[in-house]
Amino acid sequence: MSGAPKTKGAQSSRMKTNKKDEESGGNVYAHLDKTSVLQECRAFNETPINIKKCTHSLTKLIYIIQQGEPIGRTEATEAFFGVTKLWQSKDVNLRRMIYLAVKELAEVSDDVIIVTSSLTKDMTGREDLYRAAAIRALCKITDTGMLQTIERYMKQAIVDRNSAISSSAIASSIHLMRKSSEVVRRWANEVQEAVSSDNHMVQYHSLALLYQIRANDRLAVNKLVQKFSKNALRSPYAVCYLIRIATRCLVDDDQPDSSVFTFIESCLRHKSEMVVYEAARAIVSLPQTTPSEIQPAITALQMCCTSPKAAVRFAAVRTLNKVAMAHPNAVMSCNVDLEKFITDSNRSIATLAITTLLKTGAESSVERLMQQISGFVNEISDEFKIVVVDAIRSLCSRYPRKHTVMMPFLAKMLRNDGSYDYKKAIVETIIAIIEENPDAKVAGLAHLCEFIEDCEHDNLSTRVLHLLGREAPKTPNPSSYIRFIYNRVILESTKVRAAAVTALAKFGAQCSDLRPSIQVLLKRCLLDSDDEVRDRATFYLKMLTEASESLIHNFILDGLQVSPSGLELKILDYLRSQTYSSPFDLRTVPVTQQALSQPEKRVPQLVEEEEKPKAPKVEPYAAQLAAIPQFAALGPVFKSSARIALTESIAEYTVHMIKHTFANAMVLQFECKNTMNDQLLLDVSVELEDPDGEWETKDTIIIEKLPYGEVHSAYSLLEFPDSGAIAGSLGAILKFKVMDVDPTSGEPDSDDTYDQTYVLEEVDVNVSDSVQSVAKTAFASAWEALGDDATREETFQLSTVENIPDAVKKVSEILGLVPCERSDRVPEGKTQHTVYLSGVFRGGYDVLSKATVAIDPSDNSIAMNIIIKSNEPLVSDLVISAVV
Amino acid sequence: MADFDTNPTSLYSIKGIVILDQDGNRVVAKYYDRNTFGTVKEQKAFEKSLFSKTSRNTSADIVLLDGVTCLYRSNVDLYFYVLGSTRENELFLDATLTCLYDAVSVVLRKNVEKKALVDAMDTVMLIIDEICDEGIIMETDAQAVVQRSALKSDEVSFSDQSVSQLGFSFIESANKQFKWSLLK
Repeated sequence: MSGAPKTKGAQSSRMKTNKKDEESGGNVYAHLDKTSVLQECRAFNETPINIKKCTHSLTKLIYIIQQGEPIGRTEATEAFFGVTKLWQSKDVNLRRMIYLAVKELAEVSDDVIIVTSSLTKDMTGREDLYRAAAIRALCKITDTGMLQTIERYMKQAIVDRNSAISSSAIASSIHLMRKSSEVVRRWANEVQEAVSSDNHMVQYHSLALLYQIRANDRLAVNKLVQKFSKNALRSPYAVCYLIRIATRCLVDDDQPDSSVFTFIESCLRHKSEMVVYEAARAIVSLPQTTPSEIQPAITALQMCCTSPKAAVRFAAVRTLNKVAMAHPNAVMSCNVDLEKFITDSNRSIATLAITTLLKTGAESSVERLMQQISGFVNEISDEFKIVVVDAIRSLCSRYPRKHTVMMPFLAKMLRNDGSYDYKKAIVETIIAIIEENPDAKVAGLAHLCEFIEDCEHDNLSTRVLHLLGREAPKTPNPSSYIRFIYNRVILESTKVRAAAVTALAKFGAQCSDLRPSIQVLLKRCLLDSDDEVRDRATFYLKMLTEASESLIHNFILDGLQVSPSGLELKILDYLRSQTYSSPFDLRTVPVTQQALSQPEKRVPQLVEEEEKPKAPKVEPYAAQLAAIPQFAALGPVFKSSARIALTESIAEYTVHMIKHTFANAMVLQFECKNTMNDQLLLDVSVELEDPDGEWETKDTIIIEKLPYGEVHSAYSLLEFPDSGAIAGSLGAILKFKVMDVDPTSGEPDSDDTYDQTYVLEEVDVNVSDSVQSVAKTAFASAWEALGDDATREETFQLSTVENIPDAVKKVSEILGLVPCERSDRVPEGKTQHTVYLSGVFRGGYDVLSKATVAIDPSDNSIAMNIIIKSNEPLVSDLVISAVV
Repeated sequence: MADFDTNPTSLYSIKGIVILDQDGNRVVAKYYDRNTFGTVKEQKAFEKSLFSKTSRNTSADIVLLDGVTCLYRSNVDLYFYVLGSTRENELFLDATLTCLYDAVSVVLRKNVEKKALVDAMDTVMLIIDEICDEGIIMETDAQAVVQRSALKSDEVSFSDQSVSQLGFSFIESANKQFKWSLLK
């Protein structure tokens, strides 16, 4: 022994590390310090290289980067240069760690490309163990320019006999597709060769890459599917991937090839469980499948349910759960298997099984299932609780009578702890049940009142208060709710207090006997600490004490029914004009169907519903129209219609029309698309002709150039005729000049053009174009508030419709009015029904209508009596003209 | 950015591979999906809720958490997780998890415990690297993975440190025995 002190020192330091080990549970990597690790990396520069020490330090370095330790660019670069020194060592393990380090450092360090040549050497060398890993490291650091220099080696590697090398090259190519797809596309032949490899993973990776190379060419993809579905692929992974491509083909194609479907179906009999499940999953996800097509897939899933593997059972039940939405009857046959899962030790499987059963099960089994769920609902994740809540919601709409079982259950869930999303799902479900089922209203409102007594989410409190203000005054005993609402005024945050004040005012507006006490309560709110709350209280108090019934109605119950963006625009205009002699006219603001305060409806969804891009909701055309100077004088858009096709979808030139209604004019927007790749269209316009000679085109905007594949809009401006007509039908012809072009380059062949016309479908202008549907929350009082001087009544027979719901739908479509208070829901078996409709006529006139539809049971003929009221006789005349 | 969630024909389906210990602390973690697991904070939060959901059930199992399909398997003091996109075939993920576990098990000579795993950290990293590349499943055959990554299985337990540690614990136990013999 060279000296005792040294040993002692070593021992004490060892004791230290041991102590540290115990703290971190024996994991030396758990509390690594970045500085000391980087310090250790200096050892890389020593010669000769101490392999063990360096491997250990390198492992630590990779570890801290992988675990997300932030590392500066200079530090990383310094470490990276240290790592490059290690290339001198011939140790296999160390070399593999170097590749890992290069990949990890690639994004944080500078100048990583300096190792290109070392990696290229390893990639083409003799040591197979180096080659695969070197390819992946190299592709990670390379860019498009550098890639071309190693292209030759990549091509060789793709078809290499060693599966690890081939797979690595192909997977790296898939990464490269994202940034240098042009280069990778040139390797298609090699990739195709690799598909016939014996190795499972090589086949899987190469098929995927081949598809991605050809993904834009639909014909080539179809061919690919045809080819590989015939000569069986060996790898189950590759077959699964082929099924995915085939599914894509079936979904995208308008006229899918039946052999593609046959292929997927044949995979249901594949020997690998993986493929069977993939095929079953694909079939049930296809749109428009018949029950007989789905049945074999359901049977396959049923088989999967009996698998000993939890993952397989989970997969099968999850898929069945999804199918149960669209095809409850098909899943019914699995009910026996699903029942077994209720007690499955895996809670996820049990929950999915129960919610599936709730969707498919009979009314009689509901109680039993609910019992089962309440047994373990506290153990599952919030995500699954939401699934359960959604299932209950769909159940309630199917079996309305079961609300007596559901409501207490939901209330219990509401009392338990949970995330905001979870609580929100429950509150929304209760609200939905209240809205759909009048019998459940009192119980539901009581549960919600109890909920807001102790609710930490302001958003939900305000939602509930809004609902209380709307629904509770119509219950038999409205005064019982006031205490709950007033408690909020005393206890809660500003937002909730303000909502509570509004809710109180709604009680006052609707229940005249409660009005004095509401006024007392509102007076107390005048002393609130927040000005928003005080403002609201002052406003409502003034309204309730002094204003007339119709004013109270308009300003307390209905709220503003204008589009927010439109309102902003008009107010800005008003302020800019600097002339404040006339007051701001709210009637110039475009109205919307939804009141401002209306929350968006959440669609009940399954766990992983795919995110769909939301359709632009707020006047998608307003900005487009505002940019056109000719239309600036027309004022704001009152209403834009839906897109109407004026041609067949497969025509050479397709035209879609959108009707924009202004206060005194209409703008027809024609979206034209040129689908001829050898033509360039010039001066495109749509000529309109009215056979009655009433409508005249005042102005047109043409499309100067319409190249292949592009969509541009032409416009025609029509003014409402002096005769007062607001409906008509006009002939339309598309006129343009054609210039022949070269299909590939798009360059014109010559300057010659020739005129051509193309007859479009007739353009109809209807009464509904002049009416924006705006729902009234309290129809009866609004009806009373309108005078009788502009009332029109008409009775007639309907010959085109067969039943009452269709008639109701038709009349609201023709008039452009929207049904209020859910009066469009016709109870089954009734022979008579009255629907309440409301809307706003262009210029801001309210239009209300009561339509009573009756069916004569003897000969099934349908008669309709319609009463139209508005505040302007002329408007009533115009609207009634739509139906006679 | 690789497309993990929406495109059904994307090959990127593994969002992460994680190994935790019996207290829910991270032993190794490699995340591939930077949309779902962008920051260390998000990762740790996810690991925490994942562990609380899965630690009660000790057998191999599967759970859906925050839009991620999580397959797991535990042994003694280790929990192995494969986190996958929900659109991926669960059987692919299952094969990946099995491969991970088996490969580690072979390398550690069936001694799948935290201590052994930490000692063979470099090999474990190589195994994870061989199984999954930026989210693409590379290999699901454990034998092939072991062949490609476990290059020096003999040397693992005889590095400088472990020899001295071995010696130290030996001295310590001898010490204790000596004390006991005096007390008797």
